[in-house]
Amino acid sequence: MDIDVKMTVNGKAVSGKVEARTLLVQFIREHLRLTGTHVGCDTTQCGCCVVHVDGVAMKSCTMLAVQADGKAITTIEGLAAADGTLHPMQQAFRDHHGLQCGFCTPGMVMMGVDIANRLPGADEKTVRHQLEGNICRCTGYQGIVEAIMDASAVMNAARS
Amino acid sequence: MGEFAIGQPVTRFEDPRLLKGGGRYVDDLAFPGMLYGHVLRSPHAHANITRLDISKAKAAPGVRAVLIGEDWAKSGYGDLPRAEGKKKRDGSPMYRPHFPALAKVKVRYVGDPVAFVVADTIEQAQDAAELIEVDYDILPSVTSVALGSQPGAPLVWDDCENNICFVHLEGDKQATDAAFAKADHIVKKRFVISRVTAATMETRGSIGHYDQAADRYTIYTTLQRALNFREELAETLNIPESRLRVVAGDIGGSFGMKSGVFNEVGLVLLASKVTGHPVKWVSTRSESFLADAHGRDNVSDAELALDKNGMFLGLRVHNLVNMGSYTQPGTDSGAYSNLGTLAGVYLTPAIHVDVTAVYTNTNPMRPFRGNGRPEAAFVIERIVDMAADELGIDPAELRRRNLIPPEKMPFQTGLSFNIDCGEFEKILDLTLEMADYKGFEARRAEARKRGKLRGIGMSFTIEKAASPGYEGAEVRFDRTGSVTVLAGSVTQGQGHETIFKQIVSDTLGIHPDEIHYLQGDTDQVFFGEGTGGSRTASLGGSAVTVATGKVVDKAKKIAAHMMGVDEVDFAEGVFTARQTNRTLSMKDVARAAMSPKNLPQGMELGLNATAAYHTTKQNYPNGCHIVELEIDEDTGQVEMDRYVVVDDVGNVLNPLLLKGQIIGGISQGVGQMLMEQIRFDPTSGQNLTGSFMDYAMPHAEIFPHIDIKSNPVPTKTNLLGVKGAGEAGCVGALPAVGNALVDALSHLGVTHVEMPATPERLWRIMDEAKRA
Repeated sequence: MDIDVKMTVNGKAVSGKVEARTLLVQFIREHLRLTGTHVGCDTTQCGCCVVHVDGVAMKSCTMLAVQADGKAITTIEGLAAADGTLHPMQQAFRDHHGLQCGFCTPGMVMMGVDIANRLPGADEKTVRHQLEGNICRCTGYQGIVEAIMDASAVMNAARS
Repeated sequence: MGEFAIGQPVTRFEDPRLLKGGGRYVDDLAFPGMLYGHVLRSPHAHANITRLDISKAKAAPGVRAVLIGEDWAKSGYGDLPRAEGKKKRDGSPMYRPHFPALAKVKVRYVGDPVAFVVADTIEQAQDAAELIEVDYDILPSVTSVALGSQPGAPLVWDDCENNICFVHLEGDKQATDAAFAKADHIVKKRFVISRVTAATMETRGSIGHYDQAADRYTIYTTLQRALNFREELAETLNIPESRLRVVAGDIGGSFGMKSGVFNEVGLVLLASKVTGHPVKWVSTRSESFLADAHGRDNVSDAELALDKNGMFLGLRVHNLVNMGSYTQPGTDSGAYSNLGTLAGVYLTPAIHVDVTAVYTNTNPMRPFRGNGRPEAAFVIERIVDMAADELGIDPAELRRRNLIPPEKMPFQTGLSFNIDCGEFEKILDLTLEMADYKGFEARRAEARKRGKLRGIGMSFTIEKAASPGYEGAEVRFDRTGSVTVLAGSVTQGQGHETIFKQIVSDTLGIHPDEIHYLQGDTDQVFFGEGTGGSRTASLGGSAVTVATGKVVDKAKKIAAHMMGVDEVDFAEGVFTARQTNRTLSMKDVARAAMSPKNLPQGMELGLNATAAYHTTKQNYPNGCHIVELEIDEDTGQVEMDRYVVVDDVGNVLNPLLLKGQIIGGISQGVGQMLMEQIRFDPTSGQNLTGSFMDYAMPHAEIFPHIDIKSNPVPTKTNLLGVKGAGEAGCVGALPAVGNALVDALSHLGVTHVEMPATPERLWRIMDEAKRA
């Protein structure tokens, strides 16, 4: 039986009919056709599907679409400025070669923003630990860790 | 051209798109009327199918088709591509089984496809697959390569004696036997190289579309070599290649794994033909462990003969290599094509290798980053360390004595490698200095006080890259003077777009913003092999260079004609003539080339060029890795503290991307050594590692900062002087970490640690030593 859901995605009000078993990530990818959020596993290990739900990083594969009813969702498509300027986290990923194949990247970037928001000025060890829910197979993580630390400093400076 | 020139750390042109969620991976594609497929797979490692009833599934909601082995057999399609060319020990041809996309009578591994259910939604297809009734008569199975070739082992293929697929011999047996006869010291060891999987973050997937009106197939899929893929798949479909279009979008990592024509490729195409709709299949992660081709999995019995001064006299290696249950072109190459790495960077005059490839009741195999190179590197670099230990010589010193000096280049090793260039001793010294090798014992003593067992390990490895072959490239100017560069190679994350744009920008003086990069579509790309074996910078890069060279040659003639002079110079995108003060840009000439009035008489319109570059000589990337790690005495937990590398991959096209390749490779080597392993239950043949819950993947936390320096020694074997960089990191990491673990535990009498060196395994080793 279809259930109505309404939420805000990247600042826009959206609605749809979903099955009770529809995952948030399916709603985002298949109903809204926002395919930047990826699915890399089926056991909540890889973090390719991380989005922000009311400003907090969540694995959208582990949340039902109906649970997101009434919430504000930000996906990777909603991170850059309206004129296309990359968010500092996106820019830092590029500067530090923090992506190769790009598949884990949307989740990594969304997680990176969350780390920078929660733990401004986190050191390398902390950032590495905070990434335990995200797997990258290409980069060996070094560029990702450098990018998060760098962007964190930029975001921090912008806040103060 | 300035900041984008070859050699500059140019940030990637593909990044903004990928960072904004604009990647186009196969699962991101949707077509009108598209249906979804789900594969029902064998739950048994070896069984006869005694009954298969699909009637309930066919009647389930939304179901459009249920395909079984009989449907494939009647389809007019042939086998999936099959390996060929190797021989058995008696000279008879290798065993090459038929390879249908669906098993009909017998299943041969857990995951072997039995039926393909196609429905309006993926959920309907999955639900309907549950309604298929299959009775299996379970047969004894064998998954271990060591047991597979033993007399009496269950036979994967009834008419394949002892499960032997083929045998490969390399080197000089007589000379090697003679070397061992006069040796002062012989080191022997059996090395088990574990089975791992690529675990690309994007799983495999395909969308098949048969256009009935045009009688033409299109497959959107994950791959590495679009044109080779089309050739192989067309043969399976029994159609001319011209009736097949192969399209790869963004590929979310491959590392060798996605290079094959897998069963599901055939299934989505057959399903599309049957239903008249495009059909999508995308692997789930759990499914990928059962359905992807795995990597490595072999047993090496190695012996190194030395004289009393520690000089290597001979090396003898017997390998048993797991082939899984089916073979395809390329799936078997890891068994033989990279054995040259066994010779290492050493003078060892006599080497002989004897390889037996063995079928087992496991997934088919495929190259995985290195494809035989890391396996061989592990064997030689571990046994050199064991020799150093037994002879009481420092491992760096033992290596130094045996290194091939530059003045002996080109050097024909005891195996296939004829090494054209390299500065091994210089690299060794640079790495020792970077690692503060001399200061290690003080750090070990300090760690001991903290309850940590600290070890240092090194490797000095060499491999072949860019095997003899060809690659294509095309440069197309449009009417406004902007450019499309088309490549035969296919990036899966390596950054080909950036490298090729750098070359085009640097050689033609066109800004990268005005260059479009296109790959992976066989209706667009005219020629090429594809990507694999660290070949793209060498071969693809050279092909782009040849194409831009042709453009410059033609453009110079046009510019001279336009300026009314005999000859012009070209630099930084500008044509000049000494006799005049006129200049023309490459864009001016490209635009002018579209009009006959600007061209010398008889010259063809336009400024496009294609190139088919080929080489007969491979190159030899090499490098030294030193890693320092600590093992917690109480928990067996490993913490890597420092990791340094000095590599020689020839000229560096982009240091930022090179570093990414080396570090990425290291992370996969470290993963295999410390945690990753595909495991099968030895009795039932069940894959026990069917998700990321069971198959441990390296996370950010386990790595230290990795320091990399380059010592480029350009090769003359390609136009750019580059050596392959894609696999080098992985090749060096496996033995370096293995050696460091042994070094940390050597005071306990430990001489070898099997992979993966999990905390449990290390704790047991330490516990056993304490009890002894």
